[in-house]
Amino acid sequence: MKYLHLIWASLFRRKTRTILTLVSIVAAFLLFGLLDAVRTSFAEAGQSANGAQRLQTGSRLSFIQTLPQSLGARIQQVPGVKTVTYANWFGGAYQDPHNQVFSFAVAPNYLDVYPEMSVSEGERKAFAAARTGVLVGEGLAKRFGWKVGDRIPMQSTIFPDKSGSKNWVFDVSGIIHTTDTKSAGWFDQMMLLHWAYFDDTTPYNRGQAGWYVTQVADVNQADRVAKAIDALSANSDHETRTQTEQAATASWMKQFANVGLIVTSVMGAVFFTLMLLSGNTMMQAVRERTNELAVLKTIGFSGTSLMAMVLAESVMLLVLGGVIGILLAEPLIPLISKALRGMIAPSPVSLASWAEGIGLMLAIAALVGALPAWRAMRLNIVDALARR
Amino acid sequence: MKVRTVLLLLLLLAVLLVAWILLPWWGALVLAGLLAAWMAASRPGRRAASVAAVGISTLGQRLGSSAVVVVGIAGVVGVLVAMLAMAEGYAEMLRKTGSLDTAIVLRGGSAAEVASGLDRDSVLQIAQTPGIARDAKGQPLASAEGVVAANLPIKDATGDDEGSVQLRGVGDEVWAVRSQVRVVDGRKFKPGLRELLVGRGAARQFAGLVPGHEIRLGSQTWTVAGVFASDDALESEIWADANVVAETYERGSSRNSVTVRLADANAFKAFKAALEANPQLKIDVSTTLDFFGKQSEGMSSFIRIIGIVIGGIMAVGAMFGALNTMFAAVDARAREIATLRAIGFAGLPVVVAILLETMLLALAGGVLGGALAWLLFNGYAASTMAAGSVGKLSFDLHVTAGVLWQGLKWALAIGFIGGLFPAVRAATMPVTTALREL
Repeated sequence: MKYLHLIWASLFRRKTRTILTLVSIVAAFLLFGLLDAVRTSFAEAGQSANGAQRLQTGSRLSFIQTLPQSLGARIQQVPGVKTVTYANWFGGAYQDPHNQVFSFAVAPNYLDVYPEMSVSEGERKAFAAARTGVLVGEGLAKRFGWKVGDRIPMQSTIFPDKSGSKNWVFDVSGIIHTTDTKSAGWFDQMMLLHWAYFDDTTPYNRGQAGWYVTQVADVNQADRVAKAIDALSANSDHETRTQTEQAATASWMKQFANVGLIVTSVMGAVFFTLMLLSGNTMMQAVRERTNELAVLKTIGFSGTSLMAMVLAESVMLLVLGGVIGILLAEPLIPLISKALRGMIAPSPVSLASWAEGIGLMLAIAALVGALPAWRAMRLNIVDALARR
Repeated sequence: MKVRTVLLLLLLLAVLLVAWILLPWWGALVLAGLLAAWMAASRPGRRAASVAAVGISTLGQRLGSSAVVVVGIAGVVGVLVAMLAMAEGYAEMLRKTGSLDTAIVLRGGSAAEVASGLDRDSVLQIAQTPGIARDAKGQPLASAEGVVAANLPIKDATGDDEGSVQLRGVGDEVWAVRSQVRVVDGRKFKPGLRELLVGRGAARQFAGLVPGHEIRLGSQTWTVAGVFASDDALESEIWADANVVAETYERGSSRNSVTVRLADANAFKAFKAALEANPQLKIDVSTTLDFFGKQSEGMSSFIRIIGIVIGGIMAVGAMFGALNTMFAAVDARAREIATLRAIGFAGLPVVVAILLETMLLALAGGVLGGALAWLLFNGYAASTMAAGSVGKLSFDLHVTAGVLWQGLKWALAIGFIGGLFPAVRAATMPVTTALREL
């Protein structure tokens, strides 16, 4: 620690070069922060701790096929089932069909199964009482400037009403606050409307449920319960497929894109370049300081401590740039989610991402610092001072 | 450098960049030609050429730092080209699906085929509308089709991962309406039987889509009769007899859409007018070219924007890498450059020479990145849940000449900025200071 000042001074010995290198490192880790947030939001969608207790039952045939209303009561009879609720995809959009909103028509007890969504007692009562009421996520309300009491026109990209019009009108009864940061991006952008109103208004639903959500009493029994639910409809014309919420969401997300693979390959290209770049800087820095290092050695610094100092300099360079980069990513993430019009809602940089980022900084620093540090250690005083 | 010089340079840069983005490829060729002519014909031009030659000849001695520029820019261009190729491949797949001489009719206000519904009466009336081509027997070439989704196990998946595929129920007329479809393996399905004709793209993505195989859709067992190719988005679908599909999925006699072959490409206006004049019909009609073009818009611009954002951030990194390298190169040659200026070289040849050197490195990087992206990703099979469809669309990344040109443009722009500031510093540094330094 006592050499900190010395290391810092040598780092900024050539201000231009260090600052230019720093900007490159900042750019690389800014990209890392952004992409990792997107990757995490894809990987963690529906992965909250409560998700393990929930099973989703959909039609085995396809995701657009609906299930009979009578199935709910039968699922409730399956041993190990605590609560059953159901929902339908509404496919809402606000003003412009491109402004898609995650909107579901839900059963009255839907919120009971999702403790991640918290709605105040009063607003929940108001929602229950208003036929055309909707609950909207905090982020969604902010995005469109909605307040409780507002009357909002929505379009459904799927369901027309009896007259064939796809324009629906809802009243905002309450705001959904998310209690779980991991899945916040998802519930934050959600809109819930009454299934009963939905079913009465559109002639195309005919009392069907899109999917059932079952809360199991014991997480360890989830597999058995899932099989028992699917057995209810085996060989009927509405066979079901029941999965944990995690599995269902993951397989749904995977249909859009293999985000993990894309992010990994882009970051591979970025870090490869970064290594070359900062490695070049470190080599230059040590080369032009050969003289000074030789003097340090002459006055008694050991080879190992010179090596440690060069390594520390490279670590400092990478960590300084990397931390600034990830810090810069934080305020940009909400902007990106806005630019993508809610198509994906990246979560803020998580602790795991920070840990991974810092791990990367240290690994790259060690790699690019290794050769110059080795040179510093093996430096021959006489040769160096004679500029040989 | 003075603050004023830097500000002026930044302003100049902004103007140049905008002009550069708008520049077509032949414009760049003309610029390169003009530069070459200037360097060959005028005195300062010849001086610039000789200074540049000296700089370029020493590149070999600075292999490490030159590689930083080349590899950094290659990375940017590689990622950018790959993302743009993805957007291009996706848009192209849907664009090819449409044509000007076929039209698709949906129920009014339907955002997608699957959300539309036409009853039997409407289907019959649409088929009788003037403007539709007729076959040898005088029957209109109108294909009423039912569209549903079906879950199938994904090929090479771990566990029991399922994906969604679009199942299209078609009648006999479809082969004349969609003439691009041809059977490449096995045979067509037999009407009235639970048999499937699967698209080549679908067969690539999902397990068990092999002629002779039986697969389960929900609780029903279907036999795969053959594989078809059409070189467009239809290839990602699986087809069966429309009546069988309607019966299995309880759709009765209603269908999702009617696709017609028009008498000729000019018949669309009249066809549309006739449909809209019919008071019994509440429909939307568009040429298939228009229909699929609109569907691809959102997704391909989405991919393009992501590519440009990622490429942009990487470009900042690469640009500062280039700045670093070139500042170092200029510093190393500070005396040499000052000597040139002392014996009467003006600033301009020096600036041009250093810019040329950087842009040469950048060009090498751009070519390397573009070539890598082309080798790795051209024809690479990707798939995504397509907008306006209920199945996964499989498409190939397509590295087109336009995409490559875009990548080269970025590379040269990065090289230009990366070289400009060091060049100006070299040209404006007082000769006496530079000669005294070191």
